[in-house]
Amino acid sequence: MSRVEWMAPAPHGSLQYRQWLAHERRARLTVRTAQLAILVVFLVLWEVLPKAQIVNPLFTSYPSALWPTFLELLKETPRQASILTHTWFTVFATIIGFSAAMALGIAIAAALWWWNDLYKVLDPYLVVANAMPKTAFVPIFYIWLGATLSIYGMSLAISLFITILVIYNGFQSIDPNKIKLAQTFGATKRQILVKVVLPGSVPTLIAALKVNAGLSLVGVVVGEFQSANLGLGYLIQYGSQIFKLNIVMTAITILALVSSLMYLAISWIEAAVMRRR
Amino acid sequence: MGSSATGGAASPKVELRKLHMRYFSLEGETEALRDISFSVAPGEFVAIIGQSGCGKSTLLSLISGILKPTAGAVLVDGKPVSGPNRNVGYMLQQDYLFEWRTILDNTVLGAEIQGADINKARVRAKELLTRYGLGQFLHHLPRQLSGGMRQRVALARTLCTEPDVVLLDEPFSALDSQTRLALADEVTEILRREGKTAILVTHDIGEAISMSERVIVLSRRPGQIKSDHAIRFASSGGRLTPFQARNAPEFNGYFNTLWQELEVHVEG
Repeated sequence: MSRVEWMAPAPHGSLQYRQWLAHERRARLTVRTAQLAILVVFLVLWEVLPKAQIVNPLFTSYPSALWPTFLELLKETPRQASILTHTWFTVFATIIGFSAAMALGIAIAAALWWWNDLYKVLDPYLVVANAMPKTAFVPIFYIWLGATLSIYGMSLAISLFITILVIYNGFQSIDPNKIKLAQTFGATKRQILVKVVLPGSVPTLIAALKVNAGLSLVGVVVGEFQSANLGLGYLIQYGSQIFKLNIVMTAITILALVSSLMYLAISWIEAAVMRRR
Repeated sequence: MGSSATGGAASPKVELRKLHMRYFSLEGETEALRDISFSVAPGEFVAIIGQSGCGKSTLLSLISGILKPTAGAVLVDGKPVSGPNRNVGYMLQQDYLFEWRTILDNTVLGAEIQGADINKARVRAKELLTRYGLGQFLHHLPRQLSGGMRQRVALARTLCTEPDVVLLDEPFSALDSQTRLALADEVTEILRREGKTAILVTHDIGEAISMSERVIVLSRRPGQIKSDHAIRFASSGGRLTPFQARNAPEFNGYFNTLWQELEVHVEG
């Protein structure tokens, strides 16, 4: 299961087994190498093509230009916040967005599970709400909620409905025999929810977290396009308006890093939880 | 066990009075059980056999109180059943252990739900699990155990709440045939030793004859009582383990009788 175990040389075992292990290790190495190679090729092309004037560097910028831009943006001036402040603003709004989506999603899914008729009534509305392009509401949210709240609102709006649907489906897919088992001991509906349905849905909750963390970030960035004077979304908007693609690309690169870190954090949570199963 | 097995005239542990059960769906209604009446004496081991779909499992759900009959009544200790009853334990077809709980925490589930003293339940659970050879697995997770071990945990979970009556719904059907025979011996021995009243539902004729003292045959849907047989292995003297019973001279006679009663046809 764990990587350490995997890579450790087998202390004993037949020759064939050791050969098999070596083969598996090579296969793993090949995958890692290929993954790294794709990244390197991408960065090299991004650097070389604009410099050779094959693509216009004004449109794409290039990696070696980003570091100076980053250092430039790092400075805090009276007119311009540091890029760390922008990043934190975006990350903070994303955390608010997906925490709210998780909390509300679990609560609403539990309510739908509890009152099945409520689900039957709301089902078509939920499906439509989920399919709606929520970004259409960005200008309206700005008017309704103001600069800051509209960003949280967009983040929540984009991730909430899919979270409800994923978690509710998870609740529904709990083995009815596990519920029957609890009933043979005389379990109340509340006990079934707390002792069977919720703990049995932990893998679903993690799946929902994976989906809605990414979507919350989308919501925040889109919200920032419209209404913020802080955040990476704002920086992208600002950079493109004054035609400084270096700024845009730096902000996008940081978004890529933020996404990767979020993915790693969720994988870590998943591994920690699944070890108990 | 003598002659008490024919119905427990004095004070039956479990009594079914003119039980009817119908299921409704948009496609129509299904009559699952019709006019079922029988009683089970304290400490008696009764098997109910019938083909799939004859309402055997429904019968157990009615006795346990998680289903309500369309008509008729179930009495346990002379009192009508109106919901799940602490005196009645129910063992399902599969173990349905919760994969997120340790073996010990799975075993005390019933006590936890019933709001019983959890520390007492833990002591009893440890005792039962140790007795069933699972002492060193208390803090393991279900996925680390084999099918037979898991079903023994399920038995411990059922007995941990100290029911007088144990309902068994094809409890070995998910196991391989060797484990099945071994576990039938173990479970029968445990239930007899603890003096439990047991009602086993199965479609396995051999299992019914070898484990129980009495076999009730249900007809095809709607399930009605077709016949009621006392099982005696007089020639061997005394009670046999299920495995010994399968080798007793009377076994084949019972098997043939029940086989004919079941009117097994291969359909299609």
